Amino acid sequence: MINISDSANKLNSLNRRMFILAAAKIIILGGIVSRLFFLQVKENKKYLTLSDKNRIREWKLPPIRGEFQDYFGNTIAGNFEAYQLHIIPEEVEDFRYVIFRVKELLELSEKQFKKIVKKKNEIKPWETLIVADNLSWEKFSKINNHLYDLNGVKPVISISRDYPYKENFTHVLGYVSQANENDLLTNENIKEKFVPGLKVGKTGLEKSFEQKLIGSNSVERYEVNAYGRRISQLAFQTGDKGETIKLTIDTKIQELTNELLKERAGSICVMDIYTGAIIAMHSSPSFDPNSFVFGISQDEWQLIRNNPMKPLVNKSLSGNYSPGSTIKPIVALSALENEIISPDFTVQCKGHKNPLELYGQTYHCWKKEGHGFVNLREAMKQSCDTYFYEVARRLGVDRLSVTAKKFGLGQKVFRNIFDNEKKGLIPNTEWKKNALGRNWVLGETIITGIGQGFIQTTPIQLCLMTAQIANGGYKIYPKIVVNDNNLYADKFTPLFKKSRNIKIIQDAMFSSTNEVRGTSYRSRLDDPKYQFAGKTGTSQVKKITERDRELDLKTLQIPYEERDHALYIAFGPYKNPRYAISIIIEHGGSGGTIAAPLAKKLFKMIIDRHEIRKNYGNKKYLDI
Amino acid sequence: MYQYRRFNNKNGFFQKFGNLDYILLSCLLILGFISLATMYSTDGGEVLFHTKSHFIKFIVFFLMMIVISFINIKFWFSLGYLSYAVILGMLIWTINFGITASGSKRWIDLYFLNIQPSELMKIFIILCLAKYFHRMKSQHVNSFYSICFSLIIIFVPMSLVIIQPDLGTSLLIAISGIVVLWFAGLNHKYFFYSCLLSIISLPIIISFLKPYQKLRVLTFLNPDRDPLGAGYQIIQSKIAVGSGGFTGKGFLKGTQSYLEFLPEKHTDFIFTLFSEEFGFIGSVLLLLIYSIIIYRVIRIGALSRSYFAKLFCYSFGTSIFIYVVINMSMVLGLLPIVGSPLPIMSYGGSSMLATMIGFGIVMSAKTHSQQSIA
Repeated sequence: MINISDSANKLNSLNRRMFILAAAKIIILGGIVSRLFFLQVKENKKYLTLSDKNRIREWKLPPIRGEFQDYFGNTIAGNFEAYQLHIIPEEVEDFRYVIFRVKELLELSEKQFKKIVKKKNEIKPWETLIVADNLSWEKFSKINNHLYDLNGVKPVISISRDYPYKENFTHVLGYVSQANENDLLTNENIKEKFVPGLKVGKTGLEKSFEQKLIGSNSVERYEVNAYGRRISQLAFQTGDKGETIKLTIDTKIQELTNELLKERAGSICVMDIYTGAIIAMHSSPSFDPNSFVFGISQDEWQLIRNNPMKPLVNKSLSGNYSPGSTIKPIVALSALENEIISPDFTVQCKGHKNPLELYGQTYHCWKKEGHGFVNLREAMKQSCDTYFYEVARRLGVDRLSVTAKKFGLGQKVFRNIFDNEKKGLIPNTEWKKNALGRNWVLGETIITGIGQGFIQTTPIQLCLMTAQIANGGYKIYPKIVVNDNNLYADKFTPLFKKSRNIKIIQDAMFSSTNEVRGTSYRSRLDDPKYQFAGKTGTSQVKKITERDRELDLKTLQIPYEERDHALYIAFGPYKNPRYAISIIIEHGGSGGTIAAPLAKKLFKMIIDRHEIRKNYGNKKYLDI
Repeated sequence: MYQYRRFNNKNGFFQKFGNLDYILLSCLLILGFISLATMYSTDGGEVLFHTKSHFIKFIVFFLMMIVISFINIKFWFSLGYLSYAVILGMLIWTINFGITASGSKRWIDLYFLNIQPSELMKIFIILCLAKYFHRMKSQHVNSFYSICFSLIIIFVPMSLVIIQPDLGTSLLIAISGIVVLWFAGLNHKYFFYSCLLSIISLPIIISFLKPYQKLRVLTFLNPDRDPLGAGYQIIQSKIAVGSGGFTGKGFLKGTQSYLEFLPEKHTDFIFTLFSEEFGFIGSVLLLLIYSIIIYRVIRIGALSRSYFAKLFCYSFGTSIFIYVVINMSMVLGLLPIVGSPLPIMSYGGSSMLATMIGFGIVMSAKTHSQQSIA
């Protein structure tokens, strides 16, 4: 009996406890279901996105870079199809065999070969290994012929930068090369569009217009697995090519400037005196930008870098030169404007026997025998230094610097387009006090009057100065891109007080080139269609000692680094002028004999091409 | 007369056949089918090793379960202590001669198959304790002697499994044993106090954990602290379940598993894959099937005459429930990651064998429900 009640007791307890647990189970089950509901229904969107993020990966392809065209629509920096060789290591059965076979076919050097093997070890087996990025057609077809035993090797045609005119536009356009860490840090846009092998502008316009040129990436969307292997392509989104940028440059003239400066160090700038359009701008020596596109070899780089003529410097913009006698039109103009002198003001130039003496210093004219009595026109024509010593002494450096700055000296010509442009230097008394902490002395004013001493200008500044004298003394804003929306382009602000003064200077420059005893008389063009007016300049790079003066050596007898710079500025045609030029030949010798003859050839072509240029410009309207 | 007839036919084969719980059987078959389909999906939509192996194991062990259900419950009662001792021996054998895989010694080589004794222990500890409490008078249940003895029964296999090391299974063994103690009528206050004690001693326990186990606890608390390392499994698992949505991505279309983002997708994380492909509806249906199975098991217990059968069925049903809950909570980020398979769904022979033996004994209790054990 006890037994029975005990077992009943046990059963009761068991069933009661089962009941308690059953209730607990239902609650727990409810918890699980609500958790499922939370994850799968409420938070579904979030996890769906996360799942897609897991499985979908995008690959950016390099964007196609915009082109550069000259004024006539010729492509001066374009794209070409580069023949490349890619290998995806995991698709190759016997990598060693294949890579040795490729080495044999491409005749790779041991060094190149090691580089490729090293690169292969750095990447994941399903990533692309670029074995060669720019193959010749012969080698490319050779590879294609041997594809049957090169499993996994892919001949690829890819788009790359091409400069068809080679060294002609190097300093204007700059060049592109592989983007490096610095490019990524300084330019957000590059960072955003970066893909391995992306080429970006390193200097010149290629760099300045990077934002417009770069274009947008094509995007491939792939489904990938947990290890990053591509499973299938989901979408392909085509990117846009970068903008095409049209320059004001005339390729024919640009090529001529390159030819004229061959074997010399120097610069030529040609400018439209009304629009400020740059027709040509060349710095010599130049180099072939194509060799930078796929990375320049060390030897070639050293050759360029160590060249004493400094091919890497864009002399048109960053070459600071003493203007020499080419400053004389501004000195004369400043004196006339400030009514220090009249055109009839006369000075006697007595030659080397009786130089101008001031506080114990002597100031010589370049001509040993002296020019005798000269007025303004004669002094400009023969470039008499003594005359300008006297004018400068009377004018003073401060008034001179005001006029010089007004005409564009001492400041950047292109505001921000070129990051390597230099400002030059137009000194005045205040500047010297601030910069050097010493007072200005009169002797410095005297030599500033012939463009020596502190004064420094760039060739493009001299060209702008000449253009503004040539157009009658109105301010212009130089441009190199055709559609450069310049706010001031239509405003012709006069830079003069009396327009007669500009005429006097123009006339004096005319005499210098076209009249007997003019310093560039031998370089004149008699045909009124081509006739141009100019001013020579010979700027010393070192002080001439008494001994030098007695020796009176010919240019070629002096060491290269000590020879004078030869300068020439000019505008033409004289009747109804259109173009201004500036020429500088580093260590060339005398401006009249070295620089001016180049202007003769240059103006012939510039003026011949003016008609073509004008018609091309008008044609736009005729088409409509 | 009535009683006589029943007594007379109690061992009849057809009688037993008719007494099988067909709802439970069909639910198990459906679950088996679902698990095969899921396994097929883990193999990427092909019949590969896991699918084949799982299929064979399911069929063999299912048939074995039916055979067991024809064996008298008395036989299982008499086998209670012996089987426990045999499994204990196997566990000791494992420690000395076990096969080492992924850092722990869990398997012993039986020439035709590798067996994991710790999985079997989850069932046989219930059997052993059920037998121990069957004869006990209710006033003796809470005696010091019986509590000590039953705790030793639980503690010995648990510690043998812990040193393998396999924390998850040893916890499941302990839980199975504790469930039996609960049903046997151990005083509530013991459970309450031991709960309290374990909560207080939690910091001390944690300090004794192995570094990787500590990491799991930390990862559970904040999976994002190492998303590609320790937190990877749980993050990817939650992404898979969450991205399944209401109706799921569709059979064989679970990107998380197909693209190999899911870890352990054949075993512990199989629910993740199922849930990704069949969504909220599928998951709830799966839970429903499990619920029906557990309900049937407990119902069989309720209808049994013998205390032993009742105790076993209740405990086994509750254990299955706990295994399912622990596995799902772990996969859904509600519990830290411990190795615990989802019964029948997960790939693994020993787990399947143990579960099927359990269902076999339950089924045997059903066919011999009128059998009383002296």
